[in-house]
Amino acid sequence: MNDDTILIIDDETQIRKLLEITLSASGYKIVEATTGKEGLLMAASHQPSLIILDLGLPDMDGMNVLKNLREWFHKPVIILSVRSSEEDIVHSLDKGANDYLTKPFRTGELLARIRASLRLGQTTNDNPVFEIGDLSVDMINHIAKRKKELLDLTPTEFSLLSLFVKNQGRVLTHQYILKEIWGYGYVEQTQYLRVFVAQLRKKIEDNPTKPVLLVTESGIGYRFGV
Amino acid sequence: MSTNDKRPDPDKLLASIIREEEANKRGKLKIFFGMSPGVGKTYTMLQTAHQDLSKGVDVVIGYVESHNRPETNALLEGLEIIPRKRLDYRGTPLEEMDLDAIILRYPYLILVDELAHTNVEGSRHAKRYQDIQELLDNGINVYTTVNIQHLESRNDTVAQITGVTMKETIPDEIFEMADDVELIDVTPNVLLDRLAEGKVYAPAQSKEAVQNFFRKGNITALREMSLRLVADRVDKQLRSYMQQKQIQGPWKSGLHLLVLVGPSKSSAKLIRWAKNLSYTMGANLVALHVENTQVLSEEQQEQLSKNIDLARQFGAEVIITSGNDLVSTTLDIARKENITHIIIGKSGKQSFLSSLLTRDNFVNRLLKESGEIDIYIIEPGFETKQYKKKLSASPDFSSSFKSYLLAILAVLIAVILCLPVSAETGYQSISFILLFVVLILSMLFRLGPIMLASAVSAVAWNFFFIPPQYTVKITKPEDLLAFCMFFIVALVTGTLTSKVRKQELLTRKREEKTNALFHLTSQLASAENTKKIIEVAKEDINKYFSVEACFLLQDGDGKLKKKQNNAKPGNFTESEYSIAQWVLKHSKKAGKFTDTLSLSDYSFYPLKGIKTKPGVVVIKPNKKFNGETELFWDTFLTQISNTLEHHHFAQQAKKANLLDESDKLYKTLFNSISHELRIPIATIMGASDTLLAETYPEKVRNELYTEILTASGRLNRLVENLLNISRLETGKIAPHIDWCDINDLFNKVADNLQEDLKPYHLDMVVPSSMPLVKLDFGLMEQALHNLAYNSCKYSKSGTTIRLKSFYDNGYLIIQEMDRGQGFPADTLPFVFNKFYRAGNQSTGGLGLGLSITKGFVEAHKGTISVENRQHGGARFTIKIPTEVSYINI
Repeated sequence: MNDDTILIIDDETQIRKLLEITLSASGYKIVEATTGKEGLLMAASHQPSLIILDLGLPDMDGMNVLKNLREWFHKPVIILSVRSSEEDIVHSLDKGANDYLTKPFRTGELLARIRASLRLGQTTNDNPVFEIGDLSVDMINHIAKRKKELLDLTPTEFSLLSLFVKNQGRVLTHQYILKEIWGYGYVEQTQYLRVFVAQLRKKIEDNPTKPVLLVTESGIGYRFGV
Repeated sequence: MSTNDKRPDPDKLLASIIREEEANKRGKLKIFFGMSPGVGKTYTMLQTAHQDLSKGVDVVIGYVESHNRPETNALLEGLEIIPRKRLDYRGTPLEEMDLDAIILRYPYLILVDELAHTNVEGSRHAKRYQDIQELLDNGINVYTTVNIQHLESRNDTVAQITGVTMKETIPDEIFEMADDVELIDVTPNVLLDRLAEGKVYAPAQSKEAVQNFFRKGNITALREMSLRLVADRVDKQLRSYMQQKQIQGPWKSGLHLLVLVGPSKSSAKLIRWAKNLSYTMGANLVALHVENTQVLSEEQQEQLSKNIDLARQFGAEVIITSGNDLVSTTLDIARKENITHIIIGKSGKQSFLSSLLTRDNFVNRLLKESGEIDIYIIEPGFETKQYKKKLSASPDFSSSFKSYLLAILAVLIAVILCLPVSAETGYQSISFILLFVVLILSMLFRLGPIMLASAVSAVAWNFFFIPPQYTVKITKPEDLLAFCMFFIVALVTGTLTSKVRKQELLTRKREEKTNALFHLTSQLASAENTKKIIEVAKEDINKYFSVEACFLLQDGDGKLKKKQNNAKPGNFTESEYSIAQWVLKHSKKAGKFTDTLSLSDYSFYPLKGIKTKPGVVVIKPNKKFNGETELFWDTFLTQISNTLEHHHFAQQAKKANLLDESDKLYKTLFNSISHELRIPIATIMGASDTLLAETYPEKVRNELYTEILTASGRLNRLVENLLNISRLETGKIAPHIDWCDINDLFNKVADNLQEDLKPYHLDMVVPSSMPLVKLDFGLMEQALHNLAYNSCKYSKSGTTIRLKSFYDNGYLIIQEMDRGQGFPADTLPFVFNKFYRAGNQSTGGLGLGLSITKGFVEAHKGTISVENRQHGGARFTIKIPTEVSYINI
C-alpha cells in the first residue's frame, strides 16, 4: 500500500507486539526501539516517516527524547503514553508532538491519527484550496464554501477556519490557536476562542450540538476533521 | 453458713497473695535490729554477708560505718565496696552512699548500714530509707541495720526512758515491710563491758555517753522493748502464715481503730500510740481529722499536716471531713467505717475556753453516744503542758504588733475628734461613738487588738469625758456603772463581731474552694481534647494556687514525652526531666518543699488516675503549701488526672473503632475490586480462548470481539475511577479553571456516552443567553459523565435523561435528571459515600462514580445534592460559584 516506515519507541513488549501486528497489517514498515537512546539512534539511521513515542522509557524521559528529536527530525511524532493528565498532553504538543494518544487506546483511532499525521507531513502541495467533506476553503481568495454555498464568515472566523484546515487531523492547543490568530498578548483570553468556535460550528457543522468537523479535546484544545 | 465463718476473709487472703507477689518482684529487705548502739549489728551483718559470699552470692557493700572498730574493720576485707559519692555541703566535703552507682552495678545483695540516716542536703532523697526503698524497687536485696529508738512509733517512749530525743526516725512501715528482722541481742552487762573496754565509742566519748544514755536501767528497758517488738512481729507473721495456709486459729479480725488527728503536737503522740496498738492488735488504723470553724495559725497548720503525714506514713487510712459538731461527725464516720475502737487524748483537743463555751464536754459526750464502739482515752503526756503554753499565745491573741498600734490609734483619733463636740452632746453620747469605733475595729482585727481597744476606749472615755474631766476619778455612781457597762459592752460586741467575721471568712474560704473545684470540673468536662484539658488545668492552677504549672505527659510506655508543647515555665534540663521521670515511676512527689530531691527549683507531683499514670505536673512554688492548701491541691490534681485518664481511654476506644472501620472499608474495597476485576478479565479470557480454538461464522466472531472490547472498556473505567479517587484522596486535584461553553461541555459528555445513551432520549437544556462560565472542562466532563452513566445504568430504555444548566446570581447550576428508580429515602444521605452502591447490586461497579463526582464538584468549591423526583427518578443538582462572560462578536 505504502512504504512509510514507522519507528516505535516503547519498552513494553506487549504494546510493541500489538503495534507491529496492527501497523504491518496496514502496510507500514516497522522498526522498534526499547530505550530512548536506541530510539534516537534508530531515528537517525532509519529516517522513519513517523515515530510513535512512549513517554515512560527506562533510560530517559520521553519528553527529552522528543526535545532531542525535534532539533533535527521534522516528520510527525505521535506520543503514546499512559500519562493522561492535561498538562502532560499540552506540554508534549507544545514541545512539537503532532498528536497524543493515551493508553489504553483503540487501534482504529491510532491508525486514523497516523494517517492524518502522515498526510499533514505531505501536504506541502501548492493547491491553495482545501477540501474536507462538503467544505472547501480557498486560502488565496479567502473564500469558504459549504455544499457549494458561500459561507458568510468574519475575517477572524476565516483565519480560525484556515488555521484548522491547514492542521487537519492534528490537535491544536488553546494557546497555540490564540497565539496564531490573536497574537501573543491573547494566549489567556480563551473566552474569545470559545465564542468564535461556537460561531464557526454554527456555520460549518450539520448539527452544531454534535460537531464532527471541529471537535473539542477536553482541556487541551481542538482538532479539525479526523 | 457456720463453715463460712471459719474461712479466712477472701479479701485479706487476696491481699496477702498480692503482697507476696509484689515482694517477689521487689528486692528483699533484712534488718539487723538492736536495742542500742554497740550491740553488734554491723558486725553481724558483715558476718552474714561473708557467709553469703562463700555461698557464691553477689554481695557488695553500699555503705558501712565501722566506727573504726577493729573487729568490724577486719570484716570489711574481701567484700567489694562501692565507692561513696563525695558531696560538697556548704564548703564541707561529705560522703554519701552512691545510689546510682549501686543500681548500675546491680548486685544481688547490697549492705547499707544505718537505715535511719539523714542524707546530706542535695542528695536524691532526704532519708536513707528512701534510698533503700528505691534499691528494693529495683529488685536489689538489701541488708541494713537500725536501733529501736529510731522507730517512729517508739521514739517517744525511748525519749521518755532515756531523756534523749532521736531526730533521725524511720516510719514503722519500713520495719513492717522487712522480709526478715534479726534481733541482735546482748545482755546489758555485756554491752556495758564493751563500752567500758572502748569497743563502742572512742574512750573520750564513752564516759559521757554511758552516763547519759547507757544506764543499766535504760538499757534493760530498751532491751525489753526490742524483744517485745520482735516478738510482736513474729506473732504477726504467724498469724499471716495461718491465714495463708487456712490454719484455724484464734486470730483477731475485723478490728478497726480510729484515731482523731488534731493540730497539736500531742496529737502526733496519740497517732504513734494508736499505731502501736493497732500493730499489736492486728487492726486497721483510720486517722480522722475534722475541720471546724476554728481558724488555725500557720504553725498549727503545719503541725496538722505533719500529723496527717505521720498517720499516712504509719499506713493509716486518712479521712478528712468537716463538721461543726466534733462528736457526731466522729461517730458518723466511725460507724461508716466499721470502727471498733476510737482513740482520743485525755484532755481532748479543746481548750479550756472552748470547753466552757460548748456546754457538753467532748469526752463525756463521746462516751455517752458511742454505743458499741470502745473508747480509748490516752494521757497525752508531758508534751501537753508545752502545747497549752503555746495555745495561750494562739492565733486570736497573736495579732501583730502593728494591729495593736492601729487599734489604739483609731481610738485616740476618735477621742480627739470627739473632744470639741462633747460639750454640746454630753459625755454619755460620746460612749456610743467610741463603741462604734470598737465595733468597726472588730471587723478588721483579731481578738487581741479588739480587747485592747475596748479597754483603751473605756479608760479614754473616763479620762477625757466623764466629769471630772482629765482625771481617772469617777464621782457619780451612775457614771461608774456606765463606765463598767461600757467596758463590758465594748468587750462583748467586739469579741462577738470578731467571731462572726471569723466564721464568715471561713465560710467564704470554703465557698471559694468549692467554687474553684466546681469551676475546674465544669471546665474540664467541656474540654474536648488533651491539649484543652491541660490548658484549662493550667489556667485554674494559676488562678487558685498562683503558680505556673507545666504538664509532662507520658507516651504510654511509662516514659515522659520529651517534646511537650507546653514546656513552660522554662525549658527543663535533662536532670529535671529525670526527676519528673522518677516521680512518674514511683508515683511520689519530689523536688522543692518535698523530702526527695528538694534542691530542685521545681516541685514535681505525679498525676495518678484510677488505672494509669497520665504524667507529671511541675510547678515552681514560692512557698510550701500549707496543710489545707496541700489537700486542696491533691483534690485538684486528682480531678485533672481522672479527666486526662478518661480522655485517654476514650481516645483509645475511638482509635480502635476507627481501625475497625478502616478494616471494614479495606475488606469492602478488596472484595468489590477483585469482583470488578475478575468479571471483565473472565470475559476477555473466555472470548479470546473461543476465538483461538474454533472457526466461527463472522457474526459470532464479531460478537465475541465486541464482548472483549466492552470488557476492556469496563476494566479501563475501573482503573480510571480508582486513579481519580486516589487523586482526590491525596488532594492532588487542582482544577485548571478556564472559560467554558456549557453547550460544548454537554455535547462532549453526550458524545463520550453515545453508545450507552442510545436507548434513551437525551434532552439538553441550556438557555440561549447562557454566558461562558469558568471551570475545569476535563473534571466537569468526568463529573457529568459519571452522573449520566449512572442514569443509563438505572433507567429503563425509552425514558428521558436530561441535562439542564442555567446561571443564577453568581452560580452555575447544572442538573442531571432521569426517570429511573430513584433512591430509597433512607439511603439519600449516603449516595455520595465511597463504595456505596444502591440496593440493586446486579449492575456492577465499585460505587465510586458519585463520590468522584462529588469530589470534582467540591474541587470547584461547589456543592452537589440529590433528591427524588416527583414522578420517579433522581435529580442531581450541582451548584458552582463562577465568573461569567457575555462576550459577543
